[in-house]
Amino acid sequence: MAGHSDSHVHPVSLYTRTLWWLMALLVLTVVAGYIPNVPNWLGVVIALTIAVWKATIVIMNFMHVRFSGKLAWLFAGAGFFWLIIMLAFAFADYVSRPWEPFHGWPE
Amino acid sequence: MSVKELEKTATLEHATDGHHHGDGILGEQFETMEQQNTSYLIGMWAFIVQEVLFFGAIFAAYAIYRFKYVMEFTLAHHELSVPIGTLNTFVLLFSSYTMARAVRAAMQNRHKRQAFYLFLTFIFAGVFMVNKYFEYSAKFEHHLFPGGDYDAHSVVHHAQEKGELRVVEENGREFYELGKTRDGQFTAFTKVTPEEFEQRTRLFFGFYFVMTGLHGLHVLIGMIIIGVLIGRAWIDHLKNKPIADFMPVEMTGLYWHLVDIVWIFLFPLLYLIGR
Repeated sequence: MAGHSDSHVHPVSLYTRTLWWLMALLVLTVVAGYIPNVPNWLGVVIALTIAVWKATIVIMNFMHVRFSGKLAWLFAGAGFFWLIIMLAFAFADYVSRPWEPFHGWPE
Repeated sequence: MSVKELEKTATLEHATDGHHHGDGILGEQFETMEQQNTSYLIGMWAFIVQEVLFFGAIFAAYAIYRFKYVMEFTLAHHELSVPIGTLNTFVLLFSSYTMARAVRAAMQNRHKRQAFYLFLTFIFAGVFMVNKYFEYSAKFEHHLFPGGDYDAHSVVHHAQEKGELRVVEENGREFYELGKTRDGQFTAFTKVTPEEFEQRTRLFFGFYFVMTGLHGLHVLIGMIIIGVLIGRAWIDHLKNKPIADFMPVEMTGLYWHLVDIVWIFLFPLLYLIGR
């Protein structure tokens, strides 16, 4: 069932591995932020992709959703499902930015 | 039966059945400890979902305004310190790890170890808040707090130095041309009045202070709860309690990871993009 109702204690390596991944992704996102001549929209896509990746491993491993029952999945999933509906429209702006350049934008 | 007696019975029952369910009192609406713990977790998740949508709405508003005033926001981005932001991300990610270890120790009923990891989490949270304090003071000093004495002067000054802003005069009126300098050639992408520039960069700092402020408030609340849990774990250690209820730590852990996740999005969206 949800949580680790069987009180399953996970090995320390699960947490250390997650930490190393998070650190590696932090370095990656900072380095990616400084690559010159990356279009603004691409920079945002890269930054958000890495952020979603980081958040996913925190939710799965630190918050134990990976080991949880269907009810916890439903609750966690519902939240992010509604969030995606809300953000999809906002972030559509980011994606469509190069399609509608404002006045004076160079070729 | 008194609460104390009930607690004792629960402890004994669970100590003997081989499952570490904690010594929380089983509410009469629940069949088993397992069901009760699951209900606690689902309740916590419902709260987290609410938090996700709460922060999500602010992120959406920020995204829309950043799209609308991309040049002004990009120049305002440059006023934030990436090294401090990176350090704070590092600290918060690490605190999530120590929190996960604290939950693990709580499940194993290792009270001293649990107190130790909770203490580390508390310290990391403290480092985060101290960094925030210095960051905020610098913004106040440069009049970048969107209050009465807001002044975009330092944003204009830095942008001019980098060749991303040019002051031009047309028909006796002053305008800011925002753009990029490549090979000594300035290309303007947009032209705004100083008033528009001031309003839009002010909007950016409004978002900055609201988003990081609400996040900081969550960190502060987390620190208070973690402080209480340290005390509880330490008392359990001193009393040599064989089994203690791990659910408070588990639920605080979920909250703490949520705070971490919010920062995981705040950091790139405020500090990194637009570099």
